[in-house]
Amino acid sequence: MLQYIMRRLLQLIPVLLGMTFIVFLIIRAIPGDPAVVILGQQATEEAVAALRESLGLNNPWYIQYFEYLKNLFTGDLGQSIRTRTAVNEEIWPYLAATFELSIFAIVIAVVIGVNAGIISAWFQNSWFDYTAMVLALIGVSMPIFWLGLMMQYQFSLQWDWLPTTGRENVRDPVNAITNLYVLDTIIQGRFDQTVDVLRHLVMPGLALATIPMAIIARMTRSSMLEVMKSDYIRTARAKGEKMFWVVYKHSLKNAVIPVLTVIGLQTGLLLGGAILTETIFGLPGIGRYIYEAISSRDYPVIQSGILVVAFIFVMINLIVDILYSIVDPRIRYS
Amino acid sequence: MSTKKPVLQVKGLRVSFFTDDGEVPAVDDIDFYVREGEVLGIVGESGCGKSVTSLSVMGLIPNPPGKIVAGEIKLNGEELTSASEKRMRQIRGNDVAMIFQEPMTSLNPLFTIGSQLMDATLIHKKGNKKQAKKRAIDMLKLVGLPRAEELMNEYPHQLSGGMRQRVMIAMAMVCDPKLLIADEPTTALDVTIQAQILKLMKRLNIELNTAIMLITHDLGVVAETCERVVVMYAGKVVENGDAVDIFKDPQHPYTRGLIQSVPDMRHKKQRLYSIPGNVPRPGSIKQGCRFAARCEFAFDRCLQEDPPLYKTAEGHSTRCFLFDNQEGKVNDNRATVTS
Repeated sequence: MLQYIMRRLLQLIPVLLGMTFIVFLIIRAIPGDPAVVILGQQATEEAVAALRESLGLNNPWYIQYFEYLKNLFTGDLGQSIRTRTAVNEEIWPYLAATFELSIFAIVIAVVIGVNAGIISAWFQNSWFDYTAMVLALIGVSMPIFWLGLMMQYQFSLQWDWLPTTGRENVRDPVNAITNLYVLDTIIQGRFDQTVDVLRHLVMPGLALATIPMAIIARMTRSSMLEVMKSDYIRTARAKGEKMFWVVYKHSLKNAVIPVLTVIGLQTGLLLGGAILTETIFGLPGIGRYIYEAISSRDYPVIQSGILVVAFIFVMINLIVDILYSIVDPRIRYS
Repeated sequence: MSTKKPVLQVKGLRVSFFTDDGEVPAVDDIDFYVREGEVLGIVGESGCGKSVTSLSVMGLIPNPPGKIVAGEIKLNGEELTSASEKRMRQIRGNDVAMIFQEPMTSLNPLFTIGSQLMDATLIHKKGNKKQAKKRAIDMLKLVGLPRAEELMNEYPHQLSGGMRQRVMIAMAMVCDPKLLIADEPTTALDVTIQAQILKLMKRLNIELNTAIMLITHDLGVVAETCERVVVMYAGKVVENGDAVDIFKDPQHPYTRGLIQSVPDMRHKKQRLYSIPGNVPRPGSIKQGCRFAARCEFAFDRCLQEDPPLYKTAEGHSTRCFLFDNQEGKVNDNRATVTS
């Protein structure tokens, strides 16, 4: 098993290398010049040329690429053109914000989605099943930015239940340690702030959870229906097992593998693709970080940001593959 | 006649499936009983209602679309057709246990043999995990599996088909049921393994005095293990009686056909007999004897009336007009039958 994990990690290197190469080329194909963005449209040509020189942008692209790779192998993600600080230093707070939001969202999506799917399969063709599946269909086709705006309108503006945007109460900011605010406030014993941070997470979390929740519910349902028809479920019932345990023990474990795959993929997508939600709810997450870097042609930030997201994505997939073998003894990696 | 009282008594059982095309009777007005400690064979081709009958006893007919429409199923005198789901759960796995045709798919692939063996004990008997585990190991030894302790921690895919069927039997016997329903327990196994499994079931039947309802399409299996036989055709009982009588003197043309179609090593050159035609689709025959279309002795009456069961000897009866009003005697038509 350990050997397998090592091999998978080694296999990551060409994947990530290929990805850096593609991203490197694509962002340079976008029209626009970082020097012009920094200096403004009125800047003289000499000033722009001088800045380009100092940023190394006048070198041939392959020199720039190898320069970038050389730094990567020493663990240096480069320096932001815009803020002039090392990406290594500034990326974590953004990443932490996204982690916190994504974990919150995926927990909601898994708890509600899996249970809705199980109950729908257990009571197939009941009113619960129909309602849940119609809601799931609406959920997968929901435009998230629209849902986010509607939630802000209703819960913040109309009813004033929840804060509209941001991660925290700006008049009482969280003293960041890990930048995972829920954790930080608990460590510091500021439970009033914990509640406040959680209140800030509710709406973006729900908005972000909508699509994964719907996909997970549908996948769980179809997988459970398949399993519950099998011979070994009949065997379990023939033992006199209670239906609850037939469903939640004997069936669920068998039905969970395709669901795990979906959960893994969706978690990966949430971590990288929460840009819309982060923008609407004013959250300083990794999606926003990359988005702003793209607007200002901040090449090192775009490259490194995407690299980090890709790395997380493949790591999650590796974790899912390992989970398979824990659930199913027939899956053995060697 | 044995004086042992019946463990299971089924009377006038009718099970129908309600489909888009209307009611389809899978089992139509069947009667039979299983006495304490005896092995009853239920024989018939695929689709004749054998499995539906056994699932009815377990209360596991998939509903919808299936439903017990009429009749009674009495287990030790207790009516099961009207029993609550809760009561049925107490009975399943405890008083009646069942083993299935496919040992490859009947065990849950993701749980250890031990955990699956302990389930029933933990559900039905008072006692802790340790006792359940001891019981499980004892059962594995009882069904003749080597390395019982190690097997407890293994998964079904690590076992062969024969071993899995032994595990299934151990699982069924773990609560010491009064009745074991075995639905084609040897069909999916190699011939050599089949014989071992049958021998094992017969041994358990004698040692533990568990009554067995053995469902099969294989007359060889019946001949080896059963004391009494019920022959089913298209959802009806067509003949029943002592195994010895039925093999010596098969009466219903269907039973004769079945016996004739068993290959006989002594007549290698002979073409193997087969009953012409196919089993009718359930519900497709509205009138007359269900076997009439395939029967070489069928006459007009067979196509119009549904024959009742005629008692032809003590404990032997047949659903065929050839035996009408000739109780216990050989009738005229009979002469042509035996020719």
